[in-house]
Amino acid sequence: MMDWHIIVDSLPQYVDGLWLTVQLTVLSLLAGLVLAIPFAVARISANPLLAKPVWVFTYFFRGTPMLIQLLLIYYGLGQFEWIQQQWQDGSRFWLVFREPYGCALVTFALNTCAYTTEILAGALRATPHGEIEAAQACGMSRATMLRRILIPGALRRALPAYSNEAIFMLHGTAIASTITLVDLTGVARNVYSQHFAPFEAFLFAGFIYLLLTFGLVGLFRLAERRWLAHLQPRKAVKDAA
Amino acid sequence: MLHGYTGSLLDGAWLTFQVAVCSLALALALGLAGASAKLSKLRLLRAPAVAYTTVVRGIPDLVMMLLVFYGGQMLINAATDALEWDYVEVNPFTAGVATLGFIFGAYFTETFRGAFLAVPAGQLEAGAAYGMSRWQVFRRILFPQMLRHALPGLGNNWQVMQKSTALVSIIGLSDITWLADQAGRSTHQPFLFYAVVCAFYLAMTALSALVFNALERRYSVGVRRAAA
Repeated sequence: MMDWHIIVDSLPQYVDGLWLTVQLTVLSLLAGLVLAIPFAVARISANPLLAKPVWVFTYFFRGTPMLIQLLLIYYGLGQFEWIQQQWQDGSRFWLVFREPYGCALVTFALNTCAYTTEILAGALRATPHGEIEAAQACGMSRATMLRRILIPGALRRALPAYSNEAIFMLHGTAIASTITLVDLTGVARNVYSQHFAPFEAFLFAGFIYLLLTFGLVGLFRLAERRWLAHLQPRKAVKDAA
Repeated sequence: MLHGYTGSLLDGAWLTFQVAVCSLALALALGLAGASAKLSKLRLLRAPAVAYTTVVRGIPDLVMMLLVFYGGQMLINAATDALEWDYVEVNPFTAGVATLGFIFGAYFTETFRGAFLAVPAGQLEAGAAYGMSRWQVFRRILFPQMLRHALPGLGNNWQVMQKSTALVSIIGLSDITWLADQAGRSTHQPFLFYAVVCAFYLAMTALSALVFNALERRYSVGVRRAAA
């Protein structure tokens, strides 16, 4: 039923698409995670001037579809004359928002940053009281305590929830194909419209996404074995019961 | 304020809401069926359910939607040709609801499965000891307690699902996203119209959070909370 020639002929395109999907996923996850650490610290701060703006940021990005965020940035920003002026003046920063690649990266990074901020903030709040008291008893300043105790512990605790976020992000990058980028989904849409072969085009892309998902799950399992080793279930002694 | 597009956007908002609610109903039905199959003693039922949840949760929703929309049309064409029936067109509403329901059915399956397992076996044994039939145990003991454990997960799934409804605009359904796109193009004010769509989704997700909080309170009656 499947026409394998179509897939074999378009294999080079699929490889290019895969590379773009991997780039978008990895770069946005990295940028999102790096930004999310200070944001999460601000989110749990007792100072409302720090906590509230971060809350507004995460509320907006978690409450609206990523597709709309992407369209808002890619098509929406051009509405403002001031930004068009910046484009004409050749402003390095604003030119990023004229290219679909830059818009996709910025949107995905901000979106995953919002989710990761909430995950990390939850993990920070879950820090055992004893650890904080011990750090204070040792005379650590707040900055030292954050660096040595709170953030490393929170990153570990956040790992299982973060693995879900990473998989959502991998799947989320598929919408890059709606702003003319030719990622894995974009290739599948091109192959479909060239050959009118929906099963070959989309099933093959789906299969690659499935492999990528399994790969990510495997990586996170390794990471959990490394950083959450103390939480692994102990090997039961058979004759103990 | 919206250059005469207010009515059209409201129509789109209503359509998006319909897509969300219809997909939710389908996903809940598939989720309950999937969870029952996964917890079944019969391998014949378990294996397809495991394949369903693994494959569906490993593929982006957009790819799945394009597959169902274009592939479904081709399958139906082949079927109607073979049976010499008239041409049947897959409309984007059916394709959108079918895909969203099918995808989120897999997530609901996992939520329901975990919730069924969270009900202590002693509760079910106590029901049996009172002489209740299996159906009575299910209706009076297993289902209400399962729902309490499932509600937080269902709420999360539903939040993700509402936001996925924006994807139906890609297969040509004139939902709020598609209409905002059109309005933005003809007025040259895309930012304004996408911002309105954002406000609509924020309102919908905030409202459903309220509903789910009320439901969670209702189904947690009698649960003691440890003082923090």
